[in-house]
Amino acid sequence: MISKLSHVSIYVLNQDSAYEFYINKLGFKVHTDAPMGEGMRWLTVTAPEQPDLEITLIPVKEGMMFTKETAESMRKLVEKGTFGFGVFECKDIYATYEEMKMKGVEFTKTPKKEFYGIEALFKDDSGNWFSLGQKDGVKS
Amino acid sequence: MSKENEIYPKVYLYRRIVQAKLYIDINYEDNIELDNIAEEAYFSKFHFIRMFKKIYGKTPYQYLMHTRIEKAKQLLQKNTTVTNVCFSVGFESLSSFSGLFKRIVGISPSAYLLQHQRIKTRIREQPLNFIPGCFADKNTSVKKSNFEEAAE
Repeated sequence: MISKLSHVSIYVLNQDSAYEFYINKLGFKVHTDAPMGEGMRWLTVTAPEQPDLEITLIPVKEGMMFTKETAESMRKLVEKGTFGFGVFECKDIYATYEEMKMKGVEFTKTPKKEFYGIEALFKDDSGNWFSLGQKDGVKS
Repeated sequence: MSKENEIYPKVYLYRRIVQAKLYIDINYEDNIELDNIAEEAYFSKFHFIRMFKKIYGKTPYQYLMHTRIEKAKQLLQKNTTVTNVCFSVGFESLSSFSGLFKRIVGISPSAYLLQHQRIKTRIREQPLNFIPGCFADKNTSVKKSNFEEAAE
């Protein structure tokens, strides 16, 4: 029986730039940074309060996951902002939003009260988008 | 609607608190006077501490200490000596650093350093143990050549 999700992948255009974004702008932590030879690198990060879910930053390039042709197609899709990879939660969306904005993160939706909570949308350095939510923002 | 209107105009307050938090993030190794940060943020000390704790769950002082310990963990992971780490993150005595580190992390700084030296050695010697097999199997040429090369 499946008990939990241990790894999830995000396709990024450049691992060094993604490292800078996820570690220095989002405040994530490096879980594993292992050389795989020939320019390949296994890089996983974790959200500050979820150390057991490794987010794998997979470079979209020929090699580990992709053929040359697939990588070219995927890069175009990632750049276009095709992929939304998930929802990140925070305790205080206004403070989180302000901090991320001060660090240069691009938001496509400012925090807005929805029926399910307060939500904002932002993009990572590759063009992938995420929802940022505060669940307990709407209690009444 | 009224709640939204009530929260949004206070964004300027959030900005001041966030700026104070970022100030700690950047200057954690300095002898930060929290009174000065409160003044910079145009708050009374009491109001500043109350708002900071409401947002971040810790008082500014607790947050500063946790930030120093987090930075210490990062430096220890890079194989920096315990003494160098202690002073470079802003502590003035090894005993207070080690005591706080152990209280927050659960093990001493030297044990943490050793633990990460071992992990690094294992990653260097057996990288496949840290990578799910499905990714390694996706490209057998990488598995057969590059991984062995990485393990040399």
